[in-house]
Amino acid sequence: MPEGGHAARLAALSGTWRQESYVDGPIRAMAVATLFWGIVGFLAGVVIAAQLAFPLLNLDLEWTTFGRLRPVHTSAVIFAFGGNALLCTSLYVVQRTCRARLFGGEEMGWFLFAGYQFFIVMAALGYVLGVTQGKEYAEPEWYVDLWLTVVWVAYLVAFGGTIVKREEPHIYVANWFFLAFIITVAMLHIGNNIALPLTLGHAKSYGAASGVQDAMIQWWYGHNAVGFFLTAGFLGIMYYFIPKQAERPVYSYRLSIIHFWSLIFLYIWAGPHHLHYTALPDWAQTLGMVFSIMLWMPSWGGMINGLMTLSGAWDKLRTDPGLRFSVAAVGFYAMATFEGPVMSIKAVNALSHYTDWTIGHVHSGALGWNGFITFGALYWLVPRLWGKTELYSKKLAEWHFWIATLGIVLYITAMWVSGIMQGLMWRSYDELGFLQYSFVETVAAMHPYYVIRMLGGVLYLTGAILMAYNLWRTVRDVPEARPAILPLSAPAE
Amino acid sequence: MFRRLSHALVEKNLILMGVLTLITVSIGGLVQIIPLFAVETTIERVDGIRPYTPLELMGRDIYVREGCYTCHSQMIRPFRDELERYGHYSLAAESLYDHPFQWGSKRTGPDLARVGGRYSDDWHAAHLRSPREVVPESVMPPYAFLDRRLDYRDIADHLRGQRAVGVPYTDAMIANARADLEAQARPDEDPSGFQGRYARARQGAFDGNGRDITEMDAVVAYLQMLGTLVTFSDVTPDRVRQQ
Repeated sequence: MPEGGHAARLAALSGTWRQESYVDGPIRAMAVATLFWGIVGFLAGVVIAAQLAFPLLNLDLEWTTFGRLRPVHTSAVIFAFGGNALLCTSLYVVQRTCRARLFGGEEMGWFLFAGYQFFIVMAALGYVLGVTQGKEYAEPEWYVDLWLTVVWVAYLVAFGGTIVKREEPHIYVANWFFLAFIITVAMLHIGNNIALPLTLGHAKSYGAASGVQDAMIQWWYGHNAVGFFLTAGFLGIMYYFIPKQAERPVYSYRLSIIHFWSLIFLYIWAGPHHLHYTALPDWAQTLGMVFSIMLWMPSWGGMINGLMTLSGAWDKLRTDPGLRFSVAAVGFYAMATFEGPVMSIKAVNALSHYTDWTIGHVHSGALGWNGFITFGALYWLVPRLWGKTELYSKKLAEWHFWIATLGIVLYITAMWVSGIMQGLMWRSYDELGFLQYSFVETVAAMHPYYVIRMLGGVLYLTGAILMAYNLWRTVRDVPEARPAILPLSAPAE
Repeated sequence: MFRRLSHALVEKNLILMGVLTLITVSIGGLVQIIPLFAVETTIERVDGIRPYTPLELMGRDIYVREGCYTCHSQMIRPFRDELERYGHYSLAAESLYDHPFQWGSKRTGPDLARVGGRYSDDWHAAHLRSPREVVPESVMPPYAFLDRRLDYRDIADHLRGQRAVGVPYTDAMIANARADLEAQARPDEDPSGFQGRYARARQGAFDGNGRDITEMDAVVAYLQMLGTLVTFSDVTPDRVRQQ
């Protein structure tokens, strides 16, 4: 990257870009939506966790059974909380790093905001009423899928159009990840949702693929919802906000290139590890396992690039709770992306599959990585989006950090124990050569761990409520920054 | 070195970066998905697989609607303990007509791939209505609301929809969809010739009473046929070899 002259150009341009030059209204709305859906999604998680420990909480109503509420939880945290966090940060970042106003202006921003919230509400209403395709993380029916496609194309146009208008010659690394996320999610969403409605007036559809092919397509989609929605997109967040918070350039430009291309190439192959020892042919399972193990390397490449960016700025961890969230997030990312390849090994998967170990693994990624990197970004972003001098309370943010971390630890350790225990109980034999435990004995053994997991969730939710209060007070009570012109946000490579 | 390879070229051109990204992320999926449609031995060559009867199909749609797959798998793995607990490992052929597949990913409750015929109809109905009265340690939600009347006015649309995505429902099956559904839920009478169209389908008052046809009838009819279509004593190893 040509570094000479860069600083001079930045200095020359400083002050010529007022905050009003960027489209920020819809981005503020997306930040609020991120917080709102986060709390809704965490609450839904606590409710269904409680139902597993205390089944009376299904309330004997059809709309509140675990089976209908579970997609409400997963969609609320992945697509509503995660999706709004990605929309919010990507549209903020692309304008700053391109020094260009959002393509399509305010109207485009508000369309994306409203269109995406409409998608979420339509999907969630469907789940509660029993309208679902019955494919994990792809539950919305055909009409909701079509609407999301429209919104997503608009998102690609807005994001790409802003990059085309850029005044910076180079496309900044965070934008590579956001772009790969937008393109790949479009491909996956369309590929996994090819379905025929019974009639145009009917909510119900039947998918084009069946059985083994449907399973492969579903987990090609499902695993890469993790790989691109929850990883590539959130790496985009990491690549902008950690350098900003640490006030240091990204550690290695070359590492960014290598791990970007290898990550997006390898991730797509990993889907079959969700189908080990099933009726999926062995060759596909083996490919899935091999690529999942290789995936460890680019995952840790990103982790190293994120953490090493703090070189010389580690002291900021003591004073900046937002940065502490971001860095802990990368730590959880490292842990989850090590655990994932281990679980993709067929011998390990034989034990872990169908158990709570998988649930624990997902949550160390979702609560630790996606949640924490979003919290870190919000603590940095909200004061700036509303033109405030600082956060209302660092103390509260610190409380949030420790409460949420304790929640995650309780959650994932409970799931490790219950998952491994249940896997071992299922395959255990007595001295006469009979299965030692009936299925329901293993269910009864889960109970204490389900209670601990629920407490972990309650702590995590409590932390998020503290954050919402803290950010609300920041917007309401902290004085405006003077002058109202924010310093130019320079690309941070 | 990297300047000579000129990644800068990609970084300065949105279209180039977008196209290269799309190519990079397409490869894995193409390699893993297309052969599953092209290689014939992906689906084992076993006898007995047939489309769901209209009542079973409605039951299956309710199974999907209620999110049963969030806690129950329908995929038995080839391990000794699963063989003893659930039966023969699942074949790809057994979910040939499953739109969508319901293999599941989590066993909060037991696998259901071969639950058919293991318990009586009455057991299923009582268990669905109030799981803890039958299995005290169960954490399953109660499904007493399934005792309401089944809405099957559009059953022919469902069969047509299935046929449009490749399930071999015949014209006669579609024309008789409604009558076949009613015949299966009423034991001892078969005015529509239902038995001739669906091999090894069982008629019964699945919910324990023969008056209305309820959602409970449909769900129990579906559960009772799961895993019963293939007779494994007739299957040779050669026929279940995949490539």
